[in-house]
Amino acid sequence: MAAGLSIMQEAYQSNIITALKSDILRMEGLRPATSPIDLGLGPICEFFPNGSFPLGAVHEFMSPVPEDNASTCGFISGILSSLMGDNGTALWISSSRRIFPPALRAFGVQPDRIVFVDINKEKDVMWVMDEALKCGALTAVVGEMREISFTESRRLQLAVEQSQVTGFIIRHNARVNTTACVSRWRITPLPSELSDDLPGVGFPQWRVELLRMRNGRSGAWDLKWINGRFVPGNNSSRSAALSNTLNYEGQHEKKKAG
Amino acid sequence: MQGRFVSIWFHHLTTDWFSIRQPHLSQLPFVLKASSHGQMVITAANTLAEREGIGRGMVLADAKAIVPDLQVLDDIPDLPEKLLTRLALWCIRFSPFVAIDPPEGLFLDVSGCTHLWGGDLAYLADIEKKLNLRGYEVRVAIADTLGVAWGMARYGKQPLAVPPGDHFEAMLPLPPEALRLEPETVERLNKLGLRQISQFIRMPRTTLRRRFGPHCIMRMDMALGQEIEILAPVVPPEPYQDRLPCLEPIITAIGIEIALRQLLETLCIRLQQEQKGLRAAIFKCYRVDGKIESITIGTHRPSFSVAHLFKLFEIKLSTIEPALGIELFVLEAPQVEEYLPEQKKMWEAGGGLEDIQLSELVDRLTGKLGNEAIHRFIPEEHHWPERSYSPTATLHEEPTTAWPLDKPRPLHLLPKPERIEVTTPIPDYPPMLFRHKGKLHMILKADGPERIEQEWWLQQGQHRDYYRVEDEDGNRYWLFRLGHYDDKVFKWFLHGYFA
Repeated sequence: MAAGLSIMQEAYQSNIITALKSDILRMEGLRPATSPIDLGLGPICEFFPNGSFPLGAVHEFMSPVPEDNASTCGFISGILSSLMGDNGTALWISSSRRIFPPALRAFGVQPDRIVFVDINKEKDVMWVMDEALKCGALTAVVGEMREISFTESRRLQLAVEQSQVTGFIIRHNARVNTTACVSRWRITPLPSELSDDLPGVGFPQWRVELLRMRNGRSGAWDLKWINGRFVPGNNSSRSAALSNTLNYEGQHEKKKAG
Repeated sequence: MQGRFVSIWFHHLTTDWFSIRQPHLSQLPFVLKASSHGQMVITAANTLAEREGIGRGMVLADAKAIVPDLQVLDDIPDLPEKLLTRLALWCIRFSPFVAIDPPEGLFLDVSGCTHLWGGDLAYLADIEKKLNLRGYEVRVAIADTLGVAWGMARYGKQPLAVPPGDHFEAMLPLPPEALRLEPETVERLNKLGLRQISQFIRMPRTTLRRRFGPHCIMRMDMALGQEIEILAPVVPPEPYQDRLPCLEPIITAIGIEIALRQLLETLCIRLQQEQKGLRAAIFKCYRVDGKIESITIGTHRPSFSVAHLFKLFEIKLSTIEPALGIELFVLEAPQVEEYLPEQKKMWEAGGGLEDIQLSELVDRLTGKLGNEAIHRFIPEEHHWPERSYSPTATLHEEPTTAWPLDKPRPLHLLPKPERIEVTTPIPDYPPMLFRHKGKLHMILKADGPERIEQEWWLQQGQHRDYYRVEDEDGNRYWLFRLGHYDDKVFKWFLHGYFA
């Protein structure tokens, strides 16, 4: 009898804790998605708050070299394809655009549903980003820039909390500074794999590192993009290897600086 | 085609205008005066005053002797021209070609217009009725030539519609004044007892020229349709325009903002009532020193939203230099399109590219960054990578063909292919190594070649053989060789990065 009561009590307490946790998330501007969109990120989802990719937030991607940049854009396009669905639109802001629109189709994005904003002056990128993130008609905004200060990132975060637009920032420099972005990622290309030792280049494969996730956990995975969806790579259990994100970040910094 | 012309004669143009503005005047004899050579002279008299024998050119004191309780008002200089221009613009409803004929007439080129009213008579009656309703007394005549229409309107007998081809006969009983001759010529004709056109129209031209001058011959030819008379039509102003004059010159930014908002509000209400939206607008500020400052905005969809349009102007408002002050604000909408409420509803709820919020955002970005900053792309049926897509100016243009998926294309394409040094083992094989910007890449995996030929009808040049390669770090590149391997003059390039 007493044991039954304690089980009930425990269940009751864990309910309270779950409710409180989601309250905290809401207070921090992170609303639980009303109808979570499955981005097909598989094992990565466990590392997100509430178990789903945070929408209505700004995500930061570090990609200082052109090769990483292409992979980063590929990963973001893969996410965009699920986010945008059939009717979504996105804005792609850049002062040095290299995206080849027809290639977006291979990542499930209709290139004609993206409006590209090509800017001459780097400093206008932030203004456009801010304006665009306030526009509720958009599904997502991707901005390529070099620098973002904490204040600027805070402003973007406030804008998306209102409009629930999802923002992606691709940073072309390696300088790591504190930002108000909900997460920080780094995507690097990995050698593609073809079965049975077939010659040629296989499906894109990346190392996806989640360096920082507010209210979530960091981790690293291998991910492939096959026929319009993410597929965990052969080495998908690498999350354990990245026990200390900050440590990794620091090492990475030193490597770049050197 | 035979031309047809209408002449409208406003025989009490200025006095009618005063009566319209001050209705009690229409019951009283009144005149307009102006000072001339030190005395007050009557410049216009209304019907009641004329009935008492008062006419133009009479000295005011004489007129007052005839009618002691005569109402006298100050004439306004160049009022007739202003009135005629306004009336001419109004008359564009009858014919697209209206010219003013100072001091008290209008000309309309009505070739091919009258049948829409059911014939000449009905047409003239309609013009007369509508102008009477406005408060103007008019005589309206129609003929094959401007000269005869003019003469009939002023001196002809009813009916004032001259059937096509009858203008010569219609002209005969009119007095010489009907030919628009100079007063001295008319006087000379009268002195000779020539009081009807029929009495001298058949005289030898040389005689007429010698006695009455070439002007007389020219006017006769104009009436007969042998000389072409050129009219300058009034140009309608922007139909969607609003003005805001200021009592005191405006210098402050807040003042300019208030003026802009006020103008936008009136214009937008009008647009909304007419179910239209503007696509372009100009805000002009007339400065005290005579300069005009103006800013222009454009929208991607018709809009009558004050808030949105104000935001667009706001971006550029700081470029206005008020200097000593702005005395007049004008807002014009040169480009206006149909904008039905159903359309609005559709765009508001549509989401995606049709969403009005998106077009408003794009308007703002265009306003700040210029038109060339915003791009949206649609596929083109070309294999040459640079030509495989093209920019479209609109947000709603649908692709005419599908985006191709069959060939691997790099996610990042360099705007200009970059030269690389390569080592290739055998002809038409992918390279083993390549060096780009000093860095050596060892190629482990490769696909290709994919040959893309130049489209000779667009551009001459060598074909490209593309290879998709992957180096030892897993980076994927798109390389190509320009030209044949055998030619010995081929070059290698890096053209893009695969994800």
